[in-house]
Formats: sequence, C-alpha cells, structure tokens
Amino acid sequence: MRRIMGIETEYGISVPGDPMANPMLLSGQVVSVYAAALGIRSNQTSWDYAFEDPLHDARGWHLSRSDADASHLTDVEDPTLANVVLPNGARYYVDHAHPEYSSPEVTTPRDAVIWDRAGETVALESVRLLAERPGERPVNLYKNNTDGKGQSYGTHENYLMPRRTAFPDIVRHLIPFFVTRQVICGAGRVGLGVDSRVAGYQISQRADFFEAEVGLETTLKRPIINTRDEPHAVADLYRRLHVIIGDANQFDVASLLKLGTTSLVLGMIETGHLTQDWSMRRPVQALQTISHDPGLKATVELLDGRHVTGLDVQWMYHDAARAWLDRRGNDPVPGATEQVMTLWAEALTRLGTDVMSCARDIDWVAKLQLLESYRSRDRLDWDDHRIAAIDLQWADVRPEKGLVHRLRDRGRTRELVAPEEIRAARDTPPEDTRAWFRGRCVSRFSPAVVSASWDSVVFEVPGRSSLQRVPILEPERGTREQVGILIDESADVSTLLTGLAGPAES
Amino acid sequence: MPAQEHARSQHREGEPPEAPEPPPAPPAGAAVKEGLTDDIDSVLDEIDGVLESNAEEFVRGFVQKGGQ
Repeated sequence: MRRIMGIETEYGISVPGDPMANPMLLSGQVVSVYAAALGIRSNQTSWDYAFEDPLHDARGWHLSRSDADASHLTDVEDPTLANVVLPNGARYYVDHAHPEYSSPEVTTPRDAVIWDRAGETVALESVRLLAERPGERPVNLYKNNTDGKGQSYGTHENYLMPRRTAFPDIVRHLIPFFVTRQVICGAGRVGLGVDSRVAGYQISQRADFFEAEVGLETTLKRPIINTRDEPHAVADLYRRLHVIIGDANQFDVASLLKLGTTSLVLGMIETGHLTQDWSMRRPVQALQTISHDPGLKATVELLDGRHVTGLDVQWMYHDAARAWLDRRGNDPVPGATEQVMTLWAEALTRLGTDVMSCARDIDWVAKLQLLESYRSRDRLDWDDHRIAAIDLQWADVRPEKGLVHRLRDRGRTRELVAPEEIRAARDTPPEDTRAWFRGRCVSRFSPAVVSASWDSVVFEVPGRSSLQRVPILEPERGTREQVGILIDESADVSTLLTGLAGPAES
Repeated sequence: MPAQEHARSQHREGEPPEAPEPPPAPPAGAAVKEGLTDDIDSVLDEIDGVLESNAEEFVRGFVQKGGQ
C-alpha cells in the first residue's frame, strides 16, 4: 500500500579516546562539514520554523511574502544549531546531542529503506570529511540506539494518516502490534536493563527505555504510542503519526518489514478492518518480556485471558492483513505490498522454526548468531568487554570497521536495494512527493534558498527586499511530474517563482 | 498466498511449518554475492582483525547523551 512516510535516525557519536568531548559541538561539526562540502548554508536560519498564511494560490500550494527581510538573516555560525536540507530532500541537523538524518518523504517501504541507507552514506561522508582535518581527532558515528550505560536516542518513523481516524482506535490496535513488532525488526542488544546491569542478550535496543503506554514525551518516560501531532501538512486533513519505539535497522528485510507492516496495520485501522481487541495486560512489561527472550517462547497475557507469544500476535496481524488485502483489491502498488506480505510470512515462519535461519534478514538474529559464535569460540560470558564491543562496533558506519558492513561484503545479508540506488538517493529526492521540489530547489538554486522545512522553501530573490516563501503543505504536491521541468528549465529563482505562480499547466 | 496459509495452519497445530518459499529474486543490479555459506569461523577471524584493540576502553569510552 502507498503512504507518505519516512525514517529519522539519530546517530550515536563518539571520539575515540575522548569520552568527554562535547557531543553538541561534535554533532554540529558532523552536519556542518557535510553541508559545507556541498556548498549549503548550515546556520540556524536555514531551517524555516515559521509559517505564515499564504497570499497566493498556485497549483495546490501557495506563494506568500515573508515579513522577514533578507538583511536580517545574517549568518550566525553556531555549529550546534546546524540544520540543513540536503539535495535529496532530507533534513540533516543536530537534535539534542546527536546528528540526525531525517529522510525525505517517500511512498513505499522499499523507498524508505533506500533513503534511510542513503543517510548512512551521508553519515559516513561526514566522518570521512572530519577525519581529513589535520591535527583534529576523528569523530565516529554509530547507527544504534543506546550506549548500554543508561542513555538512548531514537530512530523514529513517521506515517501520514487521515485526520478522521480516531486516535483511541490507533492506540488500541497499535499497542499490541508495537509490543511484538520487535521480533521481525529489533536490532539486538547486549545487556538487560537501561544500564545493562544484568548480563545477557535481548531483541530490542529500545525496549528497556519505555515506561508508558501513551504520551507526548520522547526523552523521558517514553511512551509506546507518541502523541506528538505536528502534521507538517494540511492539519485539517492529516495527522503525522510519530513512532518512537523502533530500533535503527541496517538489514534491508527488517527495515522494510518495520515500515511495511506498520503501514498495513495503519491501513487496517483507518478502514475499520480491525474489530477484535487484542489489548494486552501491562504492555510496557510485555514489551520487555518479549525483548528479553530471544528464544521467542515467552508469553504475554491479552485482556481476554489468552497467553500468547510475540510470534502469535504478529501472525494475528499478518492474517488480518492478508484477509484485508484479499478483500480490498484497489492497491496502487500491489507489487510493493506483496513483497511486504511475502517477507512478513517468511520471517514469522522461519522464526517459529529456526530463529537462526533469519540471520540474513533481521538485525537482532544476525547479531545474536555472531555473538554466540564468538562466545562459543572464546568461551566468553555475556558480560565480557569483547561482547559489548562487538555490539557497539556492529553499528559503526565505516565499512572497514562496521561489522554489518563486514557481513554484507561476505554476502551474509539479503539485500533488497542496489548500491547504485543508494548512491543516487544520496543526492536525488524521491520523485513522487514534495521532497522533489524541496531537494531540487536546494540543488538547483542554493544559495538563493535561504531556508527550507518540511512544508516550505524560502527564497531570496534578487531585486526584491522581502523573502519569498513557497509553502508545500500537500505532501504529494511538488513531485517530479508536477514541477520537474519547471525547476530544470528555470534559469533563476525569479523565473521559478513566476512559473509557480503562473497558470497551471496540465 | 495458499502456501503461507498452509504454513500458518501447521504452525497453529504446533507442527513444524513447511519450509518457506525461496526468497524473491533481488532487483536487477542488486549486489548478489555467491558463497553465502562461508563458514562463521572465517567471519570471526575477520572480526578479530577489525575489532577495536582495547575492547574495555572502547566500551567504556562510548558514552552518549540521551536523545529522543
């Protein structure tokens, strides 16, 4: 099924030999060095936080004048506020004490994987650029979600939903799904408890950091369902479901399943297909119970009294999705949907038979297989430093150090996307969302693009004293089909804006 | 998906499910490597070569501030 969505990844950041290095400053350097290499401004003014009522209607979006005067936008280079839009339409910025890559909006799970992996190459390039600085220590980035010492940082998903879907329905039907989804998309973690005080291995990076069922928080008392409601789109029509419970994935199958199955479950909720109540007793505890049992035998209790495993619950959602899809028959992207359904059934079947048979597909299984082999060879306990080191180095973005890269190069991962697709996605936006307009404007007209955000691009136009803001409130407006030629053929920003404001071309 | 339904019903009865269908072919151009079964020992040997030399110091030095 088709849906506007995206993945945000906060990267772990570390300077070898200098654990006290300021992570805000380092994160700012990570973003700034990459932006500078592309010739993009990276100061805080380059993200457009404001939004104004539009004056002018133009082909689905609006053209408006900003009160801000160009002369007010002097560059104040505070690296901790680095915040840019990349040529592929992504946002790359400092979030708290981590560099974050927020992928551009895509419409299929496979595209979500492609543009998320493009973010890995952005992170790698930042590391490489920083390593070239003479006399400075290198900075390393890690695609994981915890330091194992009590701190966690997120990998969030965003899904556009119709506003009319009742939030209580979302909560009721999503919690059992989110509690159990980790069996197909957990990234695996050494240590139990937020500070790893109990030795062992668990399925999820994030499970131990959740304390509530529903709430607005993302950094304290993290909830299974986050209620943040910033649609970054026409608020009357859309809600943007902000999902904070996921792990950072490096395996394509797990990543595709994370996005694909969640989108399908949302589709079932939106259409009222899910009628049975699979609510759990104590879902936060259930989340951790399932995470702490890589053998997948642990059961949790539903409100109706049944005791079920994580796999059982996933099969319930899978079978409901199968029935829903068979009845529906109007899927705009049936191939993409069938890929999700096939991989979902295959993963659940394999996990129920022989967990290790998923070692090519699912992060937590691959990591467990590697760690168990290592432990067995060297007779190591779970609390050995080498085991913890492998868990961290697993996520190093550098191919020569990152253990997932080592497995991939040996053909031990199932790749769903091609290297050339990832390379292209680093510099090119998805064609079928407003990310095309945003990213291509950055590529084509920087430095006239003084700021941009999810729902606007602001231009400085020669000969005009005020800035020109182009709102892009409809996520599916501003596609390559709609504006590709106009952007390519506009010699300058003035021509572009005239073209946007002009009569619609069919 | 009759094959999957079949596997599912077996799963429900507590029987080992049928072997899953072969994975779909990767898209054209995807990296397809032969020799998927290279033994795990050689993987471990390679990891020995790239693992941070002082594991204890590396783990102790990996300290993050909380994020979202």
